[in-house]
Amino acid sequence: MAEVLDKKEVEKEQLVDKKPKEPLFSKKNRKLITDPLNDDNPITVQVLGICSALAITVKLEPAIVMSLSVLFVLAAGNVIISWMRNLIPNRIRIIVQLVVVAALVVLVDQVLKAFVYDVSKQLSVFVGLIITNCIIMGRLEAFALGNTPWKSFLDGLGNAFGYAWILVTVAFFRELLGSGTLLGIHVIPDSWYIANGGFYSNNGFMLFPPMALITVGIIIWVQRSRNTKLIEE
Amino acid sequence: MKALHNYIEEKIKPSFEEGGKLHKYWPVYDGFYTFLFVPAHPVESGAHVRDGIDLKRTMNTVIMALIPALLFGMWNVGYQHYNAIGEDAGFWMQFGFGAWKVLPIVIVSYAAGLGAEFLFCVIKGHQINEGYLVSGMLIPLIMPVDIPLWMVAVSAIFAVVIGKEVFGGTGMNIFNPALIARAFAFFAYPTYMSGDKVWINTAGGAVDGFSGATILGELATSGTTHYSPLEAFIGMIPGSIGETSVIAILIGAGLLIFTGIGSWKIMLSGLVGGATMGIIFNLVAPYAITPSQQAFMAVPFWQQLIFGGFAFGVVFMATDPVSGSQTETGKWIYGFLIGFLAIMIRVFNPAYPEGVMLAILFMNTMAPLIDHYVVEANIKKRQKRLALKTASA
Repeated sequence: MAEVLDKKEVEKEQLVDKKPKEPLFSKKNRKLITDPLNDDNPITVQVLGICSALAITVKLEPAIVMSLSVLFVLAAGNVIISWMRNLIPNRIRIIVQLVVVAALVVLVDQVLKAFVYDVSKQLSVFVGLIITNCIIMGRLEAFALGNTPWKSFLDGLGNAFGYAWILVTVAFFRELLGSGTLLGIHVIPDSWYIANGGFYSNNGFMLFPPMALITVGIIIWVQRSRNTKLIEE
Repeated sequence: MKALHNYIEEKIKPSFEEGGKLHKYWPVYDGFYTFLFVPAHPVESGAHVRDGIDLKRTMNTVIMALIPALLFGMWNVGYQHYNAIGEDAGFWMQFGFGAWKVLPIVIVSYAAGLGAEFLFCVIKGHQINEGYLVSGMLIPLIMPVDIPLWMVAVSAIFAVVIGKEVFGGTGMNIFNPALIARAFAFFAYPTYMSGDKVWINTAGGAVDGFSGATILGELATSGTTHYSPLEAFIGMIPGSIGETSVIAILIGAGLLIFTGIGSWKIMLSGLVGGATMGIIFNLVAPYAITPSQQAFMAVPFWQQLIFGGFAFGVVFMATDPVSGSQTETGKWIYGFLIGFLAIMIRVFNPAYPEGVMLAILFMNTMAPLIDHYVVEANIKKRQKRLALKTASA
């Protein structure tokens, strides 16, 4: 009996081995990164993570730092959960995910406080709120629980990049039009301003969250009118 | 006129028609053609003429109703200007100066807004609608005279694109586009839309100790104003270009009500709503916390109705048939709440002296909800009646 079993195991192993190993950047894997950038963008298509996208895009710098934080948490969280995916009991999986994400977020928060304190202050509560960011929970639930660590890592990277480019684009326009600066550097000449005899004035509305919503809306509008896959009947 | 018509039919039309070189710009051609001539579109199925009035005539009537406010505004701009710099000037000098200041704003508003609208129609292949004709006139009337022209342009473009085209163009907008333009300018460029510097053009320097604050601005800071109610009623006060004269606005309101284009229900209930809130404030004024707030609340309720943009908003903005309530009962509720909220915002939040704008925008959002419940209530009522009928039969 035991011999038969062994034989079967060996056969199984051979079967597994026979399957050609997928290259690291196969077409399927590349799609994991490129899809969330456009066709399946977490913000503009799935409309997740809107809260932070509206709140921390007044200036470019916090938006970039926020994007990097989410990038780290999302990629690392995806990998860790993917490693543990066969150990996590189904009933408590959300709690386990939260613990992992929370640990990563605390790590990020401490690093930010230590190295970029000013930005950390600007981001305030929103670093902590990464824990409840829908994109992260969504990717853990939908992807990492059912895929290998490498694929989960790529998926995390892709979604974080998808989140990041929207954030940076919105922040770019909001900082440029709202404050006349980019990364804190004055890009609009001082002599343009009305106070200095010019004609220009910053658009204060850009500093309010409603304008972030409208900017995201315009990005969605442009994307939907260009991307034929997203056009609804 | 006939020669022009023939010329257009023979020379210009073919290049815009199907197959023509400029067919892409058909909406632009069509827009101008129907603006100049009676449209020659043949009816394809049965005709359903109920009235000789079309969108263009509706819009033209509203513009005519706005003319008194516009002319008065021009004169008032000049009057305030010469008053502020302490010079005597005759009527025509005042009017001429005002026209010199106001007309560019009107032209820029039309050019920017219509430009955005034409661009959209060409890209999307829509027919050009007349909706902007009124908005383009309303926008200058609710701007301060000293606003830089490019801000008017940016606000007008924002109003057309985000306030209207996003929702599907004329007739589909949720908010009144002209108010969107004002709200945009108000939040984007607060220093040029509020305060005591922008309402009077003082090029050349004002007299010492001159204050250019509006009545509401004065009331919000000190609770008292040095303008008499009569001055406010006639309109010889600083303020947005078209909002100051209640008399001119009443003439416009008369025309709107007479032609049936503006809803008298919304105007009346708006007045009642404003008066109600004014009376409530009069009653509770002794209990206000700060003395200036106490004084502001104690302003007789009828004066609240002639100060600021209240009259202009209720007559010309609230009655917008697209963004307002559609049901007859709904119009009463909608108008009443606009008046009610306008006075409330004005008194409670001195940072937004112009409560009318925010009240109307807010009620624009609520209008579909009001209509929904009015229709539901009507259905319920009729079902009850039906049940009674069948039971007794």
